[in-house]
Amino acid sequence: MADNIIRIENVTKQFAGGVKAVDSANFNIERGEFFSLLGPSGCGKTTLLRMIAGFEFPTDGEIYIDGQASALIPSYKRPTNMVFQSYAIFPHLNVFDNIAYGLRKDRLSRRELKRRVDEALAMIHLEGFGARRGDQLSGGQRQRVALARALIKRPKVLLLDEPLGALDKKLREEMQIELRELQKNVGITFVFVTHDQEEALSMSDRIAVMGKGVVLQIAPPKELYEAPNSVEVATFIGNINLIDATVRSVAGNEVTLDGPGFGQFRAPAIDGLKTGQKLTAAIRPEKLSLTASRPGANYVEGTIKASAYLGDRSHHHVHVKGRPTPVAVAAQNMDRSMTIGIDPSKPVYVTWDPRSLILLKS
Amino acid sequence: MTASSAPSTAPGFFDRLRAFYLRSDAAKGYVLLSPVMITMVILLAAPLILLVVYSFWTQVGLQVDTTFTTDRYNDVLGKQSYHDIFWRTIGTSSLVTLVTVGLAYPMAYYVAFGVKKYKFVWLILLTIPFWTSYLLRAFAWKVILGFNGVINSGLMTLGVIQEPLEFLLYNQTAVVITLAHAYAAFAILPIYVSLEKIDRTLLEAAADLGDGAWARFWRVTFPLSLPGVIGASLLIFVPTTGDYVTPQLVGGPTGQMIAYSIQVLFLKVGDWPLGAALALSSMAAVGILVMLFVTAMQLAVRQIR
Amino acid sequence: MTKPTRAAKRMGDPGGFLAIFALAYLLFLYVPVLFLPVFSFNDSIFVTFPLKGFTTKWYEQAFADQDMLRALTASLQVGAIASVTATILGLLGAKAVTRYRMPGQNVVTGLIMMPLFIPEIMLGIALLILVNTLFIPLGLFTITIGHIMLCTPFAMAVLTSRLDGFDKSLEEASMDLGESPWMTFWRVTFPLVAPGIISSMLLSFIVSFDEFLLSFFLQGQQPTLPVYIWSQLRFPNKLPGVLALGAVILIVSCILVVIAEWVRQIGTDERKVGVA
Ligand SMILES: Nc1ncnc2c1ncn2[C@@H]1O[C@H](COP(=O)(O)OP(=O)(O)O)[C@@H](O)[C@H]1O
Ligand SMILES: [Mg+2]
Repeated sequence: MADNIIRIENVTKQFAGGVKAVDSANFNIERGEFFSLLGPSGCGKTTLLRMIAGFEFPTDGEIYIDGQASALIPSYKRPTNMVFQSYAIFPHLNVFDNIAYGLRKDRLSRRELKRRVDEALAMIHLEGFGARRGDQLSGGQRQRVALARALIKRPKVLLLDEPLGALDKKLREEMQIELRELQKNVGITFVFVTHDQEEALSMSDRIAVMGKGVVLQIAPPKELYEAPNSVEVATFIGNINLIDATVRSVAGNEVTLDGPGFGQFRAPAIDGLKTGQKLTAAIRPEKLSLTASRPGANYVEGTIKASAYLGDRSHHHVHVKGRPTPVAVAAQNMDRSMTIGIDPSKPVYVTWDPRSLILLKS
Repeated sequence: MTASSAPSTAPGFFDRLRAFYLRSDAAKGYVLLSPVMITMVILLAAPLILLVVYSFWTQVGLQVDTTFTTDRYNDVLGKQSYHDIFWRTIGTSSLVTLVTVGLAYPMAYYVAFGVKKYKFVWLILLTIPFWTSYLLRAFAWKVILGFNGVINSGLMTLGVIQEPLEFLLYNQTAVVITLAHAYAAFAILPIYVSLEKIDRTLLEAAADLGDGAWARFWRVTFPLSLPGVIGASLLIFVPTTGDYVTPQLVGGPTGQMIAYSIQVLFLKVGDWPLGAALALSSMAAVGILVMLFVTAMQLAVRQIR
Repeated sequence: MTKPTRAAKRMGDPGGFLAIFALAYLLFLYVPVLFLPVFSFNDSIFVTFPLKGFTTKWYEQAFADQDMLRALTASLQVGAIASVTATILGLLGAKAVTRYRMPGQNVVTGLIMMPLFIPEIMLGIALLILVNTLFIPLGLFTITIGHIMLCTPFAMAVLTSRLDGFDKSLEEASMDLGESPWMTFWRVTFPLVAPGIISSMLLSFIVSFDEFLLSFFLQGQQPTLPVYIWSQLRFPNKLPGVLALGAVILIVSCILVVIAEWVRQIGTDERKVGVA
């Protein structure tokens, strides 16, 4: 049995205006894991995080933090700390006092306080910045101070609301690595909110994908990408080709389907399929390849509509007769030839390994 | 830690109350808002309601007869002198509003568009008169405009005139000048704010589309500043209709306004119900005029293309 | 916020003509008031040109007047109580409206701001009726409650804009770090709104100190300074004394206003840090 630091049971949050920001969320967060909440802006990530922190209270359901029901516990008594999206660095205090803010009640000796704060400053590589005021810090530095200020409290759970959103791309990528390192070192559970799928995929142990207030899937990054459980998740994470398909026959763990433009094709079976059933088959662009000569099986014929050269790979849109949208193919550029090697006026063949297909019930 | 540490199998009343308080923005908000809300209900809403109630009563000697009657309103409507003084009040206030807004608009425009440095200093200079004693400023005008006042004695010393000019004090003109001076800040600030908010690139866009400076002003700047102009007009017109000090100091018999009649009824005659009815019916009439004015302004703006 | 380009800034520049108008307007605003101090030093009982000679005797006379000093004390007392009370009420109210969404909130703010939009004579007679109905004797107490009602919207406006100016998440961050709402108020909110509090108290004080009409309707035996001045205007021989007193009041209020406005600006740049 996993050790769950946070249990979210049937949590719904409806705002006064009638907006259902979170709808019957039901999941657990394990102690020590790096857990991400991923979803488009406005889907309720911040609201969920703020309910864990105690700034909002569920309209329905209960959140347990380290086994304790939290409905009656205000934010200042919870063992969680937060890194705000705006960082919320106190403008009237310097860096030292910002970081030491939450230690007042611990009544530390001056020397002990200084030791703790210096330690925190070292952790975020801001030694010697103690006397700086909040308005003299860059975005990246403020983000670090916010982090140190929360971590110095040694919370059971650290909540981060899009902490890297305000940073430029390069700094953001550095901070992703640093944050992940830091989390491993301190061993504190991180709940990390982001709308950036690459960020979530590269940092997290597990990701909860949200859409319109509903938690759609919770899984480790790889599983989320390779085995999405719904069309929403599949399309939100990465690119994917969708085929509206009908089941023709099921044989053991293989199924034969029929889809517009694709004709009859095979895919790995999933549970509970019936002949005649309609579902969506999906395949990622990088799992398709292009050839000029007709393959033996598992292919469709088409013509290239558009191509984009991206350095390491190229993207092609292939028009397939009978299919309303083009098929997206991502091909690794494995040689240095100056042409795509395929004549757009001639037919091309898109092929795949049937095991790469994903079946999604709607 | 109180309720939260108790083993909570069946949440008690206080737990539920606490949970309600924690999750309810409205509850937390109203707890904070209640002191000021209760104060204003007692000191503002209740008195105004009482005023309305009084206007339906009757003064009998030193007592008030509390039988409901609309006679006081009939008294007010039936008395020609009240009509006269009311319309004079409206005339004076309209004139004051026109003059004040007309003078304030270019001033506000200058600060919004012309001043580059020290805008803050200009704004302070324009707001100081707003905060300094209104009574003393009105008094200053009495001193200036008086028969033996600053202007007359100054002009006589310079030999420009032989006899004091009598038309300066104790008439409507004196009231308008004094009020226009007193209410200047009320006009400048709202107009300034609405001008300052205008996105300067809109003006560039208008220029780009071929508008000259005047066309830009009439087609872009002015319509966008109109909320400020309307706001300023209301902030001047409504309070000046109830002004007491200025007509008393510089108005003379022809410059009197409705507040004087109300004050007489309350503090001299002692007919409070009639005073209440007079005050309320004047305010209602002012309210109707204001709504007509705002509607007319909005319709006028739609004509600008 | 995007900075307007230089060309955009030049757009709508009115040029030199308006500058002259602006200066003339400032003269119109200030010169009439300046006659009070000028003539307060004039060695003549009449306020007329030509000036007779320099004297400070009107000041001596004014400040030797016991009635005037009692009225001044009364005004100071009323102003102090009204400004502190209005500021406390305004602070709580401003915190409520800027931090929470409440049903009916607009109605309540409308009520609080109403004194700014209705003629004072209405407020005066309405309060007179209330006080009479509750059998409260007229006096400094009734004047004070009237002034509290009048000052509260000013306090509320100043403090609402101050509280709006800083990020709500600063207070949340404090609670998140373990401080109760009460300690959060003292450690975060108060230091950040302190300039607004000072400004609100000064401005409320000035409003109360200058207020005439409400005091006129609600007065008992002891007048406030403006009511006292009003009563002196009838006596021509008291005029120079009133000029002297008026000059002092004007200069002191100017100084207070400048301090209040200056304090209000303090930290408006740095407090944005929390928002950026
Ligand atoms: N205090 C609030 N009152 C009313 N609606 C809110 C409030 N906060 C958020 N919402 C609404 O709830 C939804 C989810 O918001 P949020 O949790 O901030 O989304 P995210 O963080 O995923 O972008 C949005 O539609 C938002 O408009
Ligand atoms: Mg968010």
